[in-house]
Amino acid sequence: MSDNIEKHQLDKHHHHDSPQATRAEALESLLIDKGILVATAVDAVISRYAERVGPMNGARIVARAWSDPDFKQWLLADATAAITQFELDGGQVEKLVVVENTPAVHNVVVCTLCSCYPWAVLGLPPAWYKDPAYRSRIVREPRVLLAEMGLVLADDVQINVWDSSAEIRYMVLPQQPPDTLGESESELAEHVSRDVMIGVAR
Amino acid sequence: MVDKVADNLALTGAGAPPMANGELVFDAPWQGRVFGMARVLCEAGVFSWDEFRQRLISNIAIWEQQHSEQPAVHDETVHDNPVYSEHVYYEIFLQSLSMLLANKNLYAEAELTVREAEFLARPHGHDH
Repeated sequence: MSDNIEKHQLDKHHHHDSPQATRAEALESLLIDKGILVATAVDAVISRYAERVGPMNGARIVARAWSDPDFKQWLLADATAAITQFELDGGQVEKLVVVENTPAVHNVVVCTLCSCYPWAVLGLPPAWYKDPAYRSRIVREPRVLLAEMGLVLADDVQINVWDSSAEIRYMVLPQQPPDTLGESESELAEHVSRDVMIGVAR
Repeated sequence: MVDKVADNLALTGAGAPPMANGELVFDAPWQGRVFGMARVLCEAGVFSWDEFRQRLISNIAIWEQQHSEQPAVHDETVHDNPVYSEHVYYEIFLQSLSMLLANKNLYAEAELTVREAEFLARPHGHDH
């Protein structure tokens, strides 16, 4: 096979049946037929990267806050400064504010105007975060919408909705599950999902 | 587990894929499939990531030489690595992967060409 990259057209007008898409599909199908590759393994890798790589930074921050009370205090007072120790390589960090869940208070994050999101700590936002229905209903009827999304909160739990902007991004610090006391930071981070840090799960 | 994932990411250094705010960026599904295939094959021991990466780096260099008059497309959505558009990067990625596998005699080049022709001959509108 030639090393000459020009032999394939670098088609920038990509669409569903671009030459690259067809070639990629042909390669995958061939490797599967030969028993070199399993399609579900490819699916698993893709979802692992999508769900873990981005939110992983946020999960590490939460895990440290759970393990280190001084760090937690600092994080809640000045998250932008507190997270510099994590050497996040996810681009610039806007002013980050971390809001703490308690038994009596639940926090949830939205961007009512567009899709401002704490990218540096949570990766790319999920598709529903940009959905107009989420952006309006989480403000108008948060309890109803959260219940529809699978989070049923008792009536006496106060819900705070935080509206992100270009200047300020919010992240939720969830409560530590009681059965995780004493775990290491990397074990703790395993319990922290993206949705919990947005506040649509608890 | 988290640290293990982080160690195995191969997301930094020369030849690293387009990312935005710490997240991989794909602008078409085939790009994710190609990336996933390479990671699976690497984890299965078919090749080492470094072996693949060296090939990728040299193919990127070739591409840049050939397009020196036309700088690699800067896609606004790719903040961390403004050198390549996702499309160009994964085009080269796909070529590097198929070359590496063919060189390892995991398939014959003709087989891929035949399979590709079969897929191209599908009725228009077929899209998995």
